Amino acid sequence: MTLALETRGLMKSFGGLIATNDVSLQLPKGARHALIGPNGAGKTTLINLLTGVLAPTSGEILLDGRDIGSLGVEQRVGLGLTRTFQINQLFPDLTAIETVALAVSERQGRGGDWWRRVGTKGPVLEEVIEVLDRFDLTDRMTEQTRYLPYGKQRLLEIAVALATKPRVLLLDEPAAGVPEGEREEILNAVADLPKDVTVVLIEHDMDLVFRFAESISVLVAGAVLTEGTVAEIKADPRVKAVYLGEGEV
Amino acid sequence: MTDITSSLPPVARAGRFLAGEARWSWLEIGFWVVAFGLAFFFRSNHLLFAEIAILALFAVSLDIILGYAGIVSLGHAAFFGLGAYTVGIMARSGWGDPLTGLAAAGVTAGILGFFTSFLVLRGSDLTRLMITLGVASLLHETANKLDWLTGGADGLQGMMVGPVLGRFSFDLYGTTAYVYALSVLFVVVLGLRILVHSPFGHALRAIRDNPLRARAIGIPVNRRLIAAYTLAAVIAGIAGALLAQTSGFASLDVLEFHRSADVMLVLVIGGSGRLYGGILGAIVFRFAQDAISTITPQYWQFWIGMGLVILVLAGRDRLETVGRKIVGRALPWIANKEAAR
Repeated sequence: MTLALETRGLMKSFGGLIATNDVSLQLPKGARHALIGPNGAGKTTLINLLTGVLAPTSGEILLDGRDIGSLGVEQRVGLGLTRTFQINQLFPDLTAIETVALAVSERQGRGGDWWRRVGTKGPVLEEVIEVLDRFDLTDRMTEQTRYLPYGKQRLLEIAVALATKPRVLLLDEPAAGVPEGEREEILNAVADLPKDVTVVLIEHDMDLVFRFAESISVLVAGAVLTEGTVAEIKADPRVKAVYLGEGEV
Repeated sequence: MTDITSSLPPVARAGRFLAGEARWSWLEIGFWVVAFGLAFFFRSNHLLFAEIAILALFAVSLDIILGYAGIVSLGHAAFFGLGAYTVGIMARSGWGDPLTGLAAAGVTAGILGFFTSFLVLRGSDLTRLMITLGVASLLHETANKLDWLTGGADGLQGMMVGPVLGRFSFDLYGTTAYVYALSVLFVVVLGLRILVHSPFGHALRAIRDNPLRARAIGIPVNRRLIAAYTLAAVIAGIAGALLAQTSGFASLDVLEFHRSADVMLVLVIGGSGRLYGGILGAIVFRFAQDAISTITPQYWQFWIGMGLVILVLAGRDRLETVGRKIVGRALPWIANKEAAR
C-alpha cells in the first residue's frame, strides 16, 4: 500500500542551525496523525517544508508515492496537499461564498476564467455549498469575512482548505484562540473531516490531540523524539519530561 | 426581501447573491446615458470631456493592478507613453487609421507590460514603487535619446490621424474625440465588469488581501499577477494612444513622472478597487484642476493637494456617506432604487 504522505530523512538547516533533523514520517491514507512538540521544536519549519514554502537542505517528500520536493506551493495544493493556518489567513473583503469558490474554481481548472461570472459554469456553487454546509457556514455566507465572528472565521479557515479536496490536510492548531463557547463546534468539525482525507494535526492542545489523533509524532529540537499510538505516547516518560512536564498543557 | 431569499435552497441563494453583485445599478446606467448624452450638449467642452475620458481609462487600467491586484506603481506612464508613441509613429509613417492604431498600441504596451511584470512579482511595495518608477524613467530617457524616431524633446511632428471607422473625422470642437474616447472607455469597462466578477477577478482580490493564503489554496499567484499587469499595460497603452490620436501629437510629456503620479491621485480621489473609482476620480480631478486654475493659475496644485489632505484625513467613507445623503435628498427615486437592491 502506498503511503499518503511520506518524508525520508528530511533536513533543513539555516546556517549552523538545524531546524529539521532527519525527519522520516510515514502516514497511510486516512490517518489521523498529530505532530506535537514544545515551542521551537521545528513544527513550523516542517510545515513549510511539506507545503513547499521552504526547500529542504536534503531529504525527500512523497505524496502518494510521488516525489513533490521540487514543486511549488500551489502545485502541491493541486496534487492534494493543503494546509490551514494557526492565525487566520483569510480574505477580509471576500464573502464565504467567494472565498470557497476561489478554491473550487481553481481545482476545477476554471480559476483563470475572466470571461464569465464565478459559478456560472460547472458544478462550482454546488461544491461551495456542500463545503459551507459541512461547517455550518451557509447562514452567513454572503457577509464579508471580516464581519464573521472569530469562531466562524476559524471554520472558514478549514472549509476553504477542504474545498481544495486535499488527500493530505495539515491542520495548524485549528482551535487556536477560539473562545470556550465556540470550541466544541471546531473540535466537532475537525473530528468529522472526511475519512478518506489524511489529516495531520499540529497542535499544542493535548485535549484535542488525545481526542482526535490515532497516532502521534513528538518533535523535539527538529528531530522526531518518538512515535506511537496515543496510549504509548501518554505513557512515554521521555515525552512527559520534554513536553508534558513543561506545564504547557 | 430576506424572507423570499432565505426560503431558497442555498445553492440558488449563492447564485443569486453572486448575480446581484454583478448586476447593473441604476446609477451606472444613468452615468453612461448622461455621458453619451453630453455628446449633444456643451460642445465647447468636448475636448475637456475627451481628456477626462482618456484620464479615466488610464486610471481604470491602474485600478486593475493597484485596486484589484494590490501592486503599487509609480511608473504606469511607461505604458501610456508607449501607446501614445506607437500610434504617433504609425500615423507619421502613413498608417493613420485610429482603431488599428489602438490595437497596435495595446499590443506594444502589453509586450512591455508582460516583460516588466516579472520585475514586480517579488518584493515589497517599496521595491515595486522603485522598479516601476525606474522602468518609466528608462523609457522616458530612451524616447528622449531616440530623436530620429520620437522627435526627442520637440515631440512627434506631423501625425496624420484618419477618421474613426473611415467616417468620423476629428473635428475642432472635439466631439468626435469625445465620443470616440468615451466609447473605448465604455467597451473596456464592459469587459472589466465581467472580469472583476469572474474567478480571475476574485483571485486578484484574494492575492491583494493575502498572497500567502491565495497560494495555499492553489491559486498560481505569479501567473495571475503577470496576466493582470499585462492587461493593465494594454489598457494604459490604449489610453495613451487615444490621447495622441485625439490631440494629434505625442511628446515626452506622455512619459513624464507627473502622469504616473496624477493617475495615482485620480485613484486616491475616486477610490481604488471599484472600477468606477477611476472614472469618478478623473472627473473630479480634471474639473477641479480646470476650475482652480481659472481662479488661481499658479496655485492650483496647492488646492489639489489641500483637497487630498482633507480627503485622506476625513476618510472617503465618511465623505461618501455625506454624498449619498445629498444625492438621496436631491434624487429620492435613484436612492430608493439603490436601497431596494
